[in-house]
Amino acid sequence: MRTRKKLGGSFGYYVGLVPFLVFSLFPFYWMVITSLKKKSELYNLASNPLFVQKGIAWENFTFLFKQTLFGIWYKNSVVTSVLATILSVAVSILAAYSLARLKFRGSQFFGIAIFFSYLVPPALLFVSLFDVINFFGLADNVFSLVIAFPTFAIPFSTWLLMGYFSSIPKEIEESAMVDGATRFQTITKIIFPIAIPGIITSALFSFALCWSSLIYPLAFLSSGPQKVLTSGLITDLIRGDVFYWGPLMAAATLATVPIVLIYTFAMEYFVSGLVQGAVKY
Amino acid sequence: MPGSLLLKIKELYMLTKEEKIAYIMLLPAFVLLFSLVGYPLFYSFYLSLVKKQAGQPVTAFVGLANFVNLFKSDTFRLTLQNSLIYTFVAVPLKAILGLVLAVLLSKVARGRRVFRGIILLPWVAPISISTLAWWWMYDPLYSVINWSLIKLGIIKWGIPWLSTTFWARVALITVNVWRGLPFFAVTFLAGLLAIPKDLLESAQIDGAGAFARFFRITLPLLTPLLGVIILYSVVMTIGDFPIVYVLTKGGPMNTTHVFATLAFQEGIATADIARAATIVLFIFPFLAVSSFFQLRVIRKRVGAI
Repeated sequence: MRTRKKLGGSFGYYVGLVPFLVFSLFPFYWMVITSLKKKSELYNLASNPLFVQKGIAWENFTFLFKQTLFGIWYKNSVVTSVLATILSVAVSILAAYSLARLKFRGSQFFGIAIFFSYLVPPALLFVSLFDVINFFGLADNVFSLVIAFPTFAIPFSTWLLMGYFSSIPKEIEESAMVDGATRFQTITKIIFPIAIPGIITSALFSFALCWSSLIYPLAFLSSGPQKVLTSGLITDLIRGDVFYWGPLMAAATLATVPIVLIYTFAMEYFVSGLVQGAVKY
Repeated sequence: MPGSLLLKIKELYMLTKEEKIAYIMLLPAFVLLFSLVGYPLFYSFYLSLVKKQAGQPVTAFVGLANFVNLFKSDTFRLTLQNSLIYTFVAVPLKAILGLVLAVLLSKVARGRRVFRGIILLPWVAPISISTLAWWWMYDPLYSVINWSLIKLGIIKWGIPWLSTTFWARVALITVNVWRGLPFFAVTFLAGLLAIPKDLLESAQIDGAGAFARFFRITLPLLTPLLGVIILYSVVMTIGDFPIVYVLTKGGPMNTTHVFATLAFQEGIATADIARAATIVLFIFPFLAVSSFFQLRVIRKRVGAI
């Protein structure tokens, strides 16, 4: 009796969620369904576009790998995002530990500086950074991204990890040091293992942020083989007025899948990280 | 007496062991952020005051001429207006819809995690990539949105999504809301779930209705969180680039630009780096005001960082 009443009571809420779920999911559905259609079906105005009706085709995917630089862009995206993530997370672990755990003069200033740079949007930086990149002779070199991506990945990871480090009870560390452990041992043997979930979260976040970045790749890289996924798809798969919608959506699907996979496996880490960034100040 | 004074001075200027470790650990982050965020930020201010082509040395100091020239440009004034419309329509929409969605999610116990996962997808997926799907959904001939609306009998002719100013703005704001909504909803949900249940229950016993409870208890408790998220979102929205660049590139006829897309078009593409730097600097006041108030909210809650 009670359960039925409960379910009946929340039925309205489930109905209310439906439009939000459709709104959230439809573009992804549309992306995938388009990528699987044959060209003849895709551009047939008489057919119902919501479903694949004339059989699934892989021609869009084969086109991508045979006729475009998609494979190279994919590799570039993976390499630059992974390198920038490793660099950012390593640097952030050190900085976050220091800010969350150690007493020193100026800690507040550095904390605010990290927070402020976390808020600076890439749109504000890309012009002057473009000149800095030119100065270093890295213009049109895909590795310029490995130094550009940390501009948002470091502040973000540091901010996130500060929360994790300060949530670990101080007593654990103190008792280890009383027992004769050095600071270095305490960090590597005690704090580091406890903070692994936090480190994974910040690495996932950083990777996703780097992978998605458009403005830096678009501004810094101009020749085809130096491009990454985001900039390559937008500039090279669209030639004049000829749109390759099938291959474009196939590429979009392949570019979205790794991020979505990461999040399905690490959703809880992700949500706690997201919420921590905002709620647990 | 002088001995103890000397000791005090020593104490003041000598670094403790802990401080030494702290500074060493901070050093890599500080060097990177100073050279890649701090310096470029100051450098943009400098660039806005000079004449300079990308990769070339500065040719002249021009004072505020770059700013004067910008305000003389119709396109820039339109961009300023458009950035404000874009931001101050999209952010309230995200906040209101995010609150509605968070309340809905907080009321369903079964499947909440799955729903939350689905709702988060637009936020986690790379926006410059997923905007490509929206672009295809807004296609003049094959738009699936138009197809559905016509089939449902809501419209007779297709809506010219990206080729007229009004509809292009609607299209851009829709994608921005689609993208940002999950962030609002999920953080609000966490805030809602953190409100002590007995507070709401005792209000209910005292005879407060659902609306009274929401507006008198839930909303006031959420306000600091709402404030921080909205402030954060204002900067991110006004500093948007991918959505506008992919969907309209600022068109039709430069009517939908935001600062970053205009800077890209007028600065990077033509190598007039001083002009581009001047344009993006207009994001700075929003950043400054937003971070000032965010810091205040945060400090009030913890005392210090």
